[in-house]
Amino acid sequence: MRLDYIVRRLVLFVIVVWAAATLNFFLPRLSGKDPIRDKLLQQAAAGGYVHTGIQQMVEEYERKFGLDKPLWQQYLTYLGDVARLDFGYSIANYPRTVMGIMADSLPWTVGLLLTTTLLAFAIGSILGALLAWRKSPRFVQYLFPPLLTLSAIPYFLLGLCLIYLFAFRLKWFPLFGGYTPGTFPALNLGFALDVLKHSFLPALSILLASLGFWALGMRGMMVTVEGEDYMTFAEAAGLKSSTLFFTYAIRNALLPQTTSLGLALGHILSGALLVEVIFSYPGIGTTLYHAIRQFDYFLIQGIVFTIVLGVTIATLILDLIYPLLDPRITYHRA
Amino acid sequence: MLSYMRRNRSLVVGLCLILLILLFAGLGRLLWDTSLAAPLSAPPNRPPSWEHPLGTDRQGRDLLAVMIVGTPLTLYIGLLAGFIGVAIGTVLALTGAYYGGVVDSLIRGVVDVGLTIPTLLVLILLAVSVRSSLSVSQMALVVASLSWLWPTRTIRSQVLSIKERAYIQVARLSGASNRQIIFFEIMPNLLPYLAATFVGAVGAAILASIGLEVIGLGPIEANTLGMTIYWVTYYAALLHGMWWWFMPPVVIIIMVFVGLFSISAGLDELANPRTRRTV
Repeated sequence: MRLDYIVRRLVLFVIVVWAAATLNFFLPRLSGKDPIRDKLLQQAAAGGYVHTGIQQMVEEYERKFGLDKPLWQQYLTYLGDVARLDFGYSIANYPRTVMGIMADSLPWTVGLLLTTTLLAFAIGSILGALLAWRKSPRFVQYLFPPLLTLSAIPYFLLGLCLIYLFAFRLKWFPLFGGYTPGTFPALNLGFALDVLKHSFLPALSILLASLGFWALGMRGMMVTVEGEDYMTFAEAAGLKSSTLFFTYAIRNALLPQTTSLGLALGHILSGALLVEVIFSYPGIGTTLYHAIRQFDYFLIQGIVFTIVLGVTIATLILDLIYPLLDPRITYHRA
Repeated sequence: MLSYMRRNRSLVVGLCLILLILLFAGLGRLLWDTSLAAPLSAPPNRPPSWEHPLGTDRQGRDLLAVMIVGTPLTLYIGLLAGFIGVAIGTVLALTGAYYGGVVDSLIRGVVDVGLTIPTLLVLILLAVSVRSSLSVSQMALVVASLSWLWPTRTIRSQVLSIKERAYIQVARLSGASNRQIIFFEIMPNLLPYLAATFVGAVGAAILASIGLEVIGLGPIEANTLGMTIYWVTYYAALLHGMWWWFMPPVVIIIMVFVGLFSISAGLDELANPRTRRTV
């Protein structure tokens, strides 16, 4: 049974990854003409000091995806490349590989997302639990409308307002970037503080805008849990209010939140990409923004595939630990 | 009706917000010269004044005119994509949930896979592949290409629950055909959910379209709200402190989202009387 579930989950994982690679291959070719070849030829015709490199890229591209080859053969070649995580060279920044560029920007995104999502999940869930808890202080109730409003706002719009207020008007934080221009990324305290200062506002906008989502979900679950018989029984047995709150109510209400986390990951990520663009934060979103402006297909494809892969792996991990978190779940085949 | 409206406050708040926006766009078109929304029709970079109440942008557009023209465009993208999404979703959900079998497994599989992949990324791939700059309607179609996934899932589960209720079985026993059951028994009970799903889909479509526009794949010639934000980042209006440039679209977009969100919460309460607040 457990094995059955794991196998089914792994199959879904493989299908999603395959679907992403297939979309990557077929979408540019849908229109009949191959925009990637057009772009490459255009770049080669433009010449310049990287001319020879681009010329080689055109040849390599023709060798792999030439018009003389049938479509299925091109498709298999592409799948093979993707399986080896080989996305080729960036068209716009030629001597650099797509992998190399992504390796530079991924840590920024992962760091920002991991911190904000975990914080938002923890703080939002506790707030939501307090909102539904009858014995919580009065002022908590007043937090509900603003939280609700914030959750309806896209992250990057909140980001725009925060930049203007805290970076431009009050000058508490830098206006853009991930670190002060001119300094070089290094592992020392000064640089770490600099990074912290630069990522505070992007993190705050994601955090504030996603708090409401978790609070809402948790509040709903807490209301259900509070009506359960074991809560009444535990209260009647004279358990302390804090024990009731943490080990009886939250423990049970938190589990569905983990499922929502898996479902919301893609949404959070899309939002965070745009926040990066607004803040010119040196993560994968800003890289994608520049790649789109330069029509750097290989980079766009690489980034799209890598992000899908990341989200899918994260969802897979969440789904696999979910039965461990909740012993009531056995996953029978319905 | 009125007393119910008083109780369902979030529905009222949502409707008022959306109505306000529509009024702004409608009256603005009558009272203000919208030709000023074209570039170079006003002196650039002016803060708000009597002549240009919301100021002008770097390319010499009057921002009040841009807002009046852009708000309906953004709403149009959302409504069109949301409508297509819910229409396709309803058909797929009904066929899947009602007939079951291979078709249902297939639909469910596609939806499961599709919802795991972040929508914005697929839309980016799609928009990049089209290459030539999109028109507003094409933009709506691009967004609509994925907007049916979520409606399909939610409507399907709703149909599954309605299908098991007693009155459906009574209808079946009294010899109603499948088509009669779907259109006369299931559909009327599904309508409130469809309305709530539609509002949600419109919000999601607007969010997706603004996302595409901000990242640089929007309709360059159109003055939608998202494109205004794109120009704000493109010309780094924040570094120049041009608050009048980005505040209007931000405020309108926030009003739209909060409005849609409250309406969908309100409709949810209408559809689920069990969660209805006691007076």
